[in-house]
Order: sequence, then structure tokens, then C-alpha cells
Amino acid sequence: MMPTSTAFDVSRRGVLAGGVATAATASVSIAADAAPQSAPASAEPRVPVTLKVNGKSNRVDLDPRTTLLDALREHWKLTGTKKGCDHGQCGACTVIVEGRRINSCLTLAVMHDGEAVTTIEGLGEPGDLHPMQAAFVEHDGYQCGYCTPGQICSAVAVLDEIKAGIPSHATADVAAQPAFSIEEVKERMSGNICRCGAYANIFDAIADVAGEARGARA
Amino acid sequence: MQFNEPATANPIDRQRVVGKPLSRIDGPLKTTGRAPYAYERHDVVANQAYGAIVPATVATGRITRIDTAEAEAAPGVLAVVHHSNAGKLGKAKAITARLLAGPEVEHYHQAVAVVVAETFEQARAAAALVRVEYARGTGAFDLEKEKGKAVKPGRSADTAVGDFEGAFASAPVKIDATYTTPDQAHSAMEPMATIAAWDGDMLNVWTSNQMIDWARRDIAETLLIPKEKIRVQSPYIGGGFGSKLWIRADLVLAALGAKAAGRPVKVALPRPVMVNNTTHRPATIQRIRIGADRAGKIGAIAHEVWSGDLPGGGPETAANQTRLLYAGANRMTAHRLATLHLPEGNAMRAPGEAVGLLALEVAMDELAEKLGMDPIELRILNDTQVDPEKPERPFSKRQLVECLRIGAERFGWNARKAKPGQVRDGRWLVGYGMASAFRDNLAMDSGARVGIDAKGKVTVATDMTDIGTGTYTIVAQTAAEMMGVDVDDVIVLLGDSSFPVSAGSGGQWGANSSTAGVYAACLKLREAVARKAGFDPATAEFADGFVGQGNKRVRLSEVAGREGLSAEDTIKFGDLTKRYAQATFGGHFAEVGVDAVTGEVRIRRMSGAFAAGRILNPKSARSQVIGAMVMGAGAALMEELVVDPRFGYFVNHDLAEYHVPVHADIPVQDVFFLDETDDKSSPMKAKGVGELGICGVGAAVANAIYNACGVRVREYPITLDKIIGKLPPVTAA
Amino acid sequence: MKAFTYERAATPAEAAAAAARTPGAKFIAGGTNLLDLMKLEIETPRHLIDVNRIGLDKVEDTPDGGLRIGALVRNTDLAAHPRVRRDYAVLTRALVSGASGQLRNKATTGGNLLQRVRCPYFYDTAKPCNKRKPGSGCAAIGGFNRGLAVLGTSEACIAQHPSDMAVAMRVLDAMVETVKPDGATRTIPIADFHKLPGTTPHIENALEAGELITAVTLPAPVTGTHVYRKVRDRSSYAFALVSVAAIVPSDGRARVALGGVGTKPWRVESAEAGDDAGMGKRILAGAKPTTQNAFKLPLAERTLTAVLADARS
Repeated sequence: MMPTSTAFDVSRRGVLAGGVATAATASVSIAADAAPQSAPASAEPRVPVTLKVNGKSNRVDLDPRTTLLDALREHWKLTGTKKGCDHGQCGACTVIVEGRRINSCLTLAVMHDGEAVTTIEGLGEPGDLHPMQAAFVEHDGYQCGYCTPGQICSAVAVLDEIKAGIPSHATADVAAQPAFSIEEVKERMSGNICRCGAYANIFDAIADVAGEARGARA
Repeated sequence: MQFNEPATANPIDRQRVVGKPLSRIDGPLKTTGRAPYAYERHDVVANQAYGAIVPATVATGRITRIDTAEAEAAPGVLAVVHHSNAGKLGKAKAITARLLAGPEVEHYHQAVAVVVAETFEQARAAAALVRVEYARGTGAFDLEKEKGKAVKPGRSADTAVGDFEGAFASAPVKIDATYTTPDQAHSAMEPMATIAAWDGDMLNVWTSNQMIDWARRDIAETLLIPKEKIRVQSPYIGGGFGSKLWIRADLVLAALGAKAAGRPVKVALPRPVMVNNTTHRPATIQRIRIGADRAGKIGAIAHEVWSGDLPGGGPETAANQTRLLYAGANRMTAHRLATLHLPEGNAMRAPGEAVGLLALEVAMDELAEKLGMDPIELRILNDTQVDPEKPERPFSKRQLVECLRIGAERFGWNARKAKPGQVRDGRWLVGYGMASAFRDNLAMDSGARVGIDAKGKVTVATDMTDIGTGTYTIVAQTAAEMMGVDVDDVIVLLGDSSFPVSAGSGGQWGANSSTAGVYAACLKLREAVARKAGFDPATAEFADGFVGQGNKRVRLSEVAGREGLSAEDTIKFGDLTKRYAQATFGGHFAEVGVDAVTGEVRIRRMSGAFAAGRILNPKSARSQVIGAMVMGAGAALMEELVVDPRFGYFVNHDLAEYHVPVHADIPVQDVFFLDETDDKSSPMKAKGVGELGICGVGAAVANAIYNACGVRVREYPITLDKIIGKLPPVTAA
Repeated sequence: MKAFTYERAATPAEAAAAAARTPGAKFIAGGTNLLDLMKLEIETPRHLIDVNRIGLDKVEDTPDGGLRIGALVRNTDLAAHPRVRRDYAVLTRALVSGASGQLRNKATTGGNLLQRVRCPYFYDTAKPCNKRKPGSGCAAIGGFNRGLAVLGTSEACIAQHPSDMAVAMRVLDAMVETVKPDGATRTIPIADFHKLPGTTPHIENALEAGELITAVTLPAPVTGTHVYRKVRDRSSYAFALVSVAAIVPSDGRARVALGGVGTKPWRVESAEAGDDAGMGKRILAGAKPTTQNAFKLPLAERTLTAVLADARS
């Protein structure tokens, strides 16, 4: 099992002299429902922003420059959404806003006032994983884990996009309904870079959730 | 424990837990966004301020003036730190370029200042208000131009056995070719990031670092404070690939900023600054000469490598594998180092071999073609079971031939047409290529502490890191195997300098070395448990949560009792790596398509067979290999940091312009591990796989491109502009 | 990113009025390009007018059988629109070859037309760039210019136009509808919308200060095979080295526009007359390649030849 703050009872602290006093801080996991914080007051203008994040509405006052990504990570303290490049070049910041996946780094929080945002924390939690999260674990669809929340949010949205009939670059006949295929999935996932190179496993995880065979071309 | 002699039978051999393809135990945290990375530690210290770095905009020269007035007056700004007010700083010996410039600037985007403010937005905006004036210097930036001035970097730069020149001159079949590889960027998905907090004279950092104890040492040498006054924590690392072996500017500037602001400060390097601010894999020029008899037996082999680095830096050791990979009585290698004023060159995944094999394994393909031989048979013919430079030194275990044969079988190599350009599939010219994989096996001393409590839970603590390699899981598997408990009953704590010093993550030594350290600590704990339970430690059995002997057994939880039991030890590696050549091996196979019209290359299949000792967890080990294959595909096809010698920097310094592979670039991958244990490597009998996968894969792709279209490109990456001019005319379909 | 003030407009007229009222203001729609540039202080608006909630998000049939695409229609929605997929497939194909799924979900029709260049020197404020800082010089000439333009360049700028969508719009003879701050509307043919750099590379299009794109109209569909062939350095999520947008009837004159080669979406109507085999040379006439990007000429010509041959077969 993985260390969590609750995993360290008093007796274990006694076991590992020296190591254990530190264990609680070495292994803290992030709560999904912390109350967001407004930006500290200063001379600059603040704008009120209400977001419904993972089903819960909160209002905070933000510097208008605050991206949706930084609002989530620094104010809502939902750090599952990652900052990989901050310029729309990697996809680590992918979240689902009003049912669509977007790069949260290239949009301002204030532009989404009143909207519903689903982050990786909202999809599932340890012990109650979303099927896509469980499939990523089963197929080892990650290594360092940093691009993973974005990959999973994208993967969930990609299956919806195929179902909704949205064409892609891999769709041979763009007038027709696209079908699940390895080419479709890989093309649609290409906005999510994984430098660890877990692509083949990520495909297997997505195919598993979609109820398709693994490694369609193997 | 000292590891001086080959391992004998031990509890790991049971392989009840070790060797099983368990899903990662950190998976539920990583897939739900609950695994906390460096910049995200809102939980560890209150009142964190934000730091933004000001990067130098010249490659060399001197800072003549820093005007911080406007920045300091900007909303929310708490402090601006630069060389004039940072106080005295040292330079860590392990780091070539200083992490804070001033007054000299050593490379483009070297950090000049940090601006600390209440919010990220304020810090970023104020950083742009720091006015820095430079007296621009001159510098050398073009490796090709500086090649002639390159020098011999240290005594071991040259090796020679026999008479290479003579043997090469008289060889009936020869290859003499020069290959180039470009500068490459690690491009880990998590930018370098640190939260620094001072508690009196004690510095706490939460950072992203592969080598906790090195980090502590380098912080001490940089900030001129005692190592004991530094605590480094890095439990989750969003990729490293060598870029996080050493501390970087984010850490130093967070610490300086925190001191100046009197508050904890967090700093992440912006992506567009990372490339020139941090390290990269240096470009190489490689000349390879191979002489063989008409049957293909190599009599002469030479590999010369030129690379560049900042003054005080080191070479890219791309010729090293050529000393060990193939037989041949007459041989030489040489490395030459030029001074370049680009950012610091340093280790990136499989330094040396990753680019050395891009050259050597294409040269072997060229030789096979000249000989009219199958490239696999050429390699098999020239296999060696001993160090070719020191025939009295055997390989501990070398299954290269088996890897090539099994890999060929699985790939379907016999369908390959030897003559290029023979296979067409629609618009695609299709080709097969292969290459040997080779990577040294390094071992590093590694410590761990292991405890067991009244609930029977085993806790392992070590400063070892998990950079995506699966350390959490294999450490848990090792402890579970040793203590005879379920893997769910093991808690693993990593990446904290208050834990025993480990091997750290680098050079693919991490898995074998760190689990060997856990093995050593567990042996000690077994002794303590057995003694307390009244059993003979030599013969006590640990299984199913019990310790026992004969038909007597006691629950571990009972033995541990309320006080618990713990033990600590460090595995120390003796001279087995000297007595035996230790390495990992494999065969890479690739099928590519080359667009007959445009020259675009797309990989259609990749597969490989590998021998790397005991595979501790086949699931995460396979992931390491497929991931390395992806990075190797990038090296073959697209990755290149482009130098603009007018400004002395890498121009394409973000992820839009520096291409790494995306999902659509990577096909289905097949990985096969040979059944192997290596008793010379460690009590785990394992070796590394994390770098083996990148070694040779790019050459397999390059050879497949040649087989597909008959165009041999010796300058990586193999982009379409290097192919299109040699393709046949487009004819109407 | 420099500080700015923010307001959200409710109607196009309100947005235009806000622009008239506030010097240094910019409209923000998808933001996928503007925010990227603002973070690097390549763009430094003092005021942002959020136009995401002003409507203009419909695709409607026009009386002459064409389509009117609201400026705020997202790239994904435009690509997925049934009529676009059926009658303007070149546009769907161009759209889905651009950027990534996430970016297409955000990026808008109007914003895509205003996408700024990807030249690495434009992107680094420490480097000379006439587009970013008029009169500072062009670092790309004599620098790293492998991906840059070979057509429509000048001594002042050689950056290629990065859009895929606009190349398809060009071959479709799209018209750009706008509203000015005073409420006046006009329609600009796509051919005249983007400007060559000349001596003023900072002027990229025909829009006046505060003028807002409200829609793009497409004339009635042109029959023929619709092709968008994009050639790039990796399989996806990369800008074009060369792209070909073509509408090829089974016999008769093909319409062709090229991306990745010009400082604006490149179409030479006069080159479309004559034989297919010579069309590439006719379109590329007058190209001024650099040593690094000279490969774009054979690449464009070969790709075009193959596209035409495939479509006609």
C-alpha cells in the first residue's frame, strides 16, 4: 500500500527511529475538497470568479491574469492538474470544462465564470477510481505520473468525442461517423505529451475502457 | 553489507513477489492527481511566496548594471535577489556552470535574478521589469568549427589495443563513415521546481531531484552552509532522464529568495527557459572505421568522438560501448572535447551509449551491406564473451546473441528484403532495420532502513527516488519477499534526506542497487526478528506473515510487539564490476514507412528482446523499455536543439519547436525479456533496464529507413528534408 | 504577463464600443494564441474584452447555398458540422490537422484567422524581430529558418503563416465579415484579409483598430474531391512544413492553396489554369528559399503533384 498521512500510526513512528517523525510530511496526499483562497489584496484589480469545480461552487477574487490552471492549482489547491509547459504545447493541464477538454493553461479563470470544471480529482479517488484511472493503473499507462491527469482527462473526453461523431485527422471519411481504432485514439491523444513514453500502454488502457481489444495492430 | 563475491541462493530466488508483474503501488495516487510533486506542496509550509527567474539574454559577457527599481516598486513584490545582493555563493564541484550568474554570464538564459512576490502573476510580471545591461562577450558555439581545437579530456579518453591503423589498412572490407548527433533536451514533463523554507539556519527544500544526497551536498557547496542544516524532500518526480541529477537554478533561487523575503518561496523554471537554463545532451561528431575479412570477422575497429562543453565540463562518452560490444584484435577509441559556450552539456538517459550506438550500429549495417551479409549474422559472428581489451576479464552474463535471435524471430526478420526499396504499401516504402542494444551495468552503494510493527506492517525508508521507474513498487516487492509478507503490508517512503542514503536514480543503476540496499537492511531485520523469536537467523523461514523454523512459527506482528523492530544497512559494492564486465544487452527491431512522395518517416512497428538480469517487475520494466524506445525514436526522427551561433543559444527552446514524439508517432511495441539472473550484479541478481531501451533503437530506425528507401542519412535527426532530394520522381498514379 | 483590466461584452456592438472606448484593448475569444503571447509579453494589451458570450457561435445556411460561420464557432464544432463535413470537407480536414483536440475545442474561427506567426525569433523578446518591434531587424534571415516561408517574404520578415484553417478558407474563397467600433460593417475577401509583410510586417491583416470579425461566409460548395494534405515533422500536433488544400474536380481546373510556404495562405489563381504537372512550378514561381528551407520547394511540388494525381485517379 502507498503511504498516506493516515498510514502512520503512533506505534510505527516508534519503529523507525529518525525516519518516522518525518514520515507524515513525506507522504501527505492532497485533499480534493480544500476551500479555495482569493489572491492576497494589493493595489491591482481583482475580479470575482465563481467556478463549479467537481460539482462544488466556490467564489474567489482573482487577479484577472490568473489562468484557469493557476486558479485550480494555487487557489483551489487542486494540484492534480499539472503545469508542464504553460503554453499549450504539452496537454498536462487538460481539464474538462462544460463537457469539453481544454488546456487550462491557455484560458483565464475569469473567462469561465459560472462554468463547471471537472479535474482529475473529480473523476475518482484512491479506493474509488474512475474506470479510466483504474485502466491506467492496470495497463501501467504512466511512469513519472506528471502528464497522467491530463492524459486521463483527455482519454475520457476522447471516447466521448468519438461517440459524438467528431471527426479527426485520422478519420478516412470525414462525412461518416468515426469508429474506435488505434489510429483514431492515437491521433486524438496527440495533444498530450508523455516524455516517459507510455503511449502504447495508454492506448491499451483506453481500449480496455472502450471495450476494445488490446494492441489492435499487434 | 559488503558485496564482494557472486551471490549465492537467497530468499529473493523464491520469486513469490519479486519478478511478478504487479501494478504500481503509487498508481492510485498518480492517476487521481493525489501524488504531490515539488511545486504543489501547499501542505508543508504556510505563507509561500512566488519566485520568478530573470534569465540572461546574452550567451557570454558581463552584467554591467542591474536596475531593480521598477521591479521592486511593482505590486506585490517582496524581494529581488541577484549576484550583488545574494551574498557569497560557492559553486558545487559537480556542476559546471554557476546557477546564479554575475557579474560573468556563462551561458544564455543563465539565471541573473529572482523576483519574489505575493502571487505568481505578480512575480512573473515584475521579473520582466528587471533591467539588466550586459557587456556582451564572445564565444564558441559551433562544434564543427571548434572540432580542430578539441583536446583530450583526461587520461582515459583514449584506448588502444593491437595495431588498429595497420589492421584497418590491410582489411579487405572497410567502412569509414562520420555521423553526427545534435544537442538534445531531456524535456521532462515536470519543470524543475522547488519550495524553499528557512527555519532559522535550517533549510528545507521540497524539490524535484533524482539524487537526494548529491542535492544536499551541492546545496551545501553552493550556499556555503553545513550539509546537516539541509533537508531535501522529493517523493515524486515528474521525469528526470538525467536533467534532475543535480540541483538547478530553481532550488538555489528559491533558497535565496526565501532568505531575502523572510518567507517560504517557490520557484518553477518556465518551459521556454528550461532548455537554455538547464543541461542538455551534447551534440557529437563520430567517426567510425571498421575493417573486416570477407567472411565478416572484424579485425579492426575504431570509434572517435568529438563533443563540446563549457570550460570545466566533460565529454559525451559516445565511444565507450565500442570497447566492449564486438570482438576484434585491433581497436582504438578516442574522445575529444571542444570548448563551447552553449548551456551546460551533461548526462541524458544513457549518456554515451544512446548516441554512440546511433553511429556504431548504423556503421555495422553499412558493413553488413558491403559484405552482403545479414546484419544479425554479422553481429553474431563478432560476438565476444570476454572484454575484447582484456580477454582475461569475462562478461558476468552476456546473452546478446540470444537477444538477437529471439528478437528476430518475434519480429519476423526473415521477411526482410536485403536490397533497399523493394517493399511498397500504398504511398509508403517499407523497410526493416535492427540494431544491438548495449548499456553498462553500474552499481552504487545504497542504504535503507526497514521496520516492522505490531500490526505486521513493514515500512521501508530510503532516500532513493522514483522518477517514474517504479521504485516504490520494486522496493515493496523486495521487502515483501524478504520479510515474507504481502506487498500490501509494505509501506515505502522515498526521497527524503532524513532517510538512509541510497544509490539514487541515474545510469540505470537505481533498481538493482536500491533494492539490494533494501535486501541488506531486510537481512539485518530478519536476524533481529529471528533472534527475538528464538530461532536461528541462518535457517529461519519468513513466509505468510510468520517467522518459523521446523514446525514452529510465530506471527511477525507478535515478534515485533508494541516497540517494533527495525534495522538499517547499506549494500557496498566491491570489485565485481572490475573483475567482470557487466552490461545489459538486447536487440532492437523496427519497421518503418517512408512516404515515397514527401520523405516523411513513420514507424510502423517496434520490437525488442532484452537480457538484463532478473527482471524485478516485468510490468514496470517493460514500461521503462517501451518508454526508452519512444525517446530513441525521437532521437532518430525529430529531436534536435538548433544552435544559433550568432546569439549562442538553442533557438527552439520550447515544446512546440523542440519536437518529441506524440501518441501518433508511436506504434504497437513488443518487448521480450530473456530469463536471466546475474549473480555478479548484486544479491538481487538484477541489472538495469531503464536506459537499455534507448540504446540502439534509433539506429534500428535509421537502418529501417535505409532499407525502405535506399537513402542513408548519417546526420541525426532523420527529417524528411534529408531524404526528399534522393527519392525517385513522383509519377501520376 | 502585464496587468490588464478585463470586461465581458454581451453583444458584438458592445464589444466594438468597448474597443473604441479603451485604447490598447484587445478582444479575447479562445485565447489559445493571445494568452500564449501575453505570457511572453509579446502581446501586452492593457484591456481585454472577452467576446466569448456575444453569440456569433452559429453555423447557418446562406440563401445562395453557402454557409455563414459565426466568428466564435469553435474549431471542433466547425469541423464537425454536418454541412462542412459533407460540402466543405477540405475545411474539416484542415481544421482537424491543426493543433490538438484540446486547442480546437477552444480556438475560434475568427481567432484562427488572426493567429500570429511561429517564428522562434518572434517568440523571444530578446531577439530582433520587425514584426514584434518594427525596425529592430529580422533575426530569422541568416538564422534558423528551416520552417519559415519561401513565398511572399521580404527583407523585413520571412515568417510563414501558421494556420491550416485559413489555407482551406482561401481555396474556398471565404469572405470575412466585420464590425467596426462605429458600428459599420464590411466584408473582406480572404485573399485580401492577410497582408504580405513588405516593409510593415507588424501589419498582418486588413482589420482596423477595434474592428471585430463577426463571421466568415463560404460561397456555395464547389464540387470535386476535397483534400487537405499536411506534411510535418511528426505525425500530429505540429505546424505544417508544407500543406496543400485542394478541390479537384474529376476533370477540369483544380483549386489549390498552399500552407507552410507563404507569409500568408498561398493561392495563385492564374496558376490553376494549365496542366497539373506544371502547377507546382507555377504556384511556387518567385519563391525565395533559404539554404535551410529550400527543401520546401520540391516538397510542395511533389506533394501537390501527388494530391492532384490521387484525386483525379
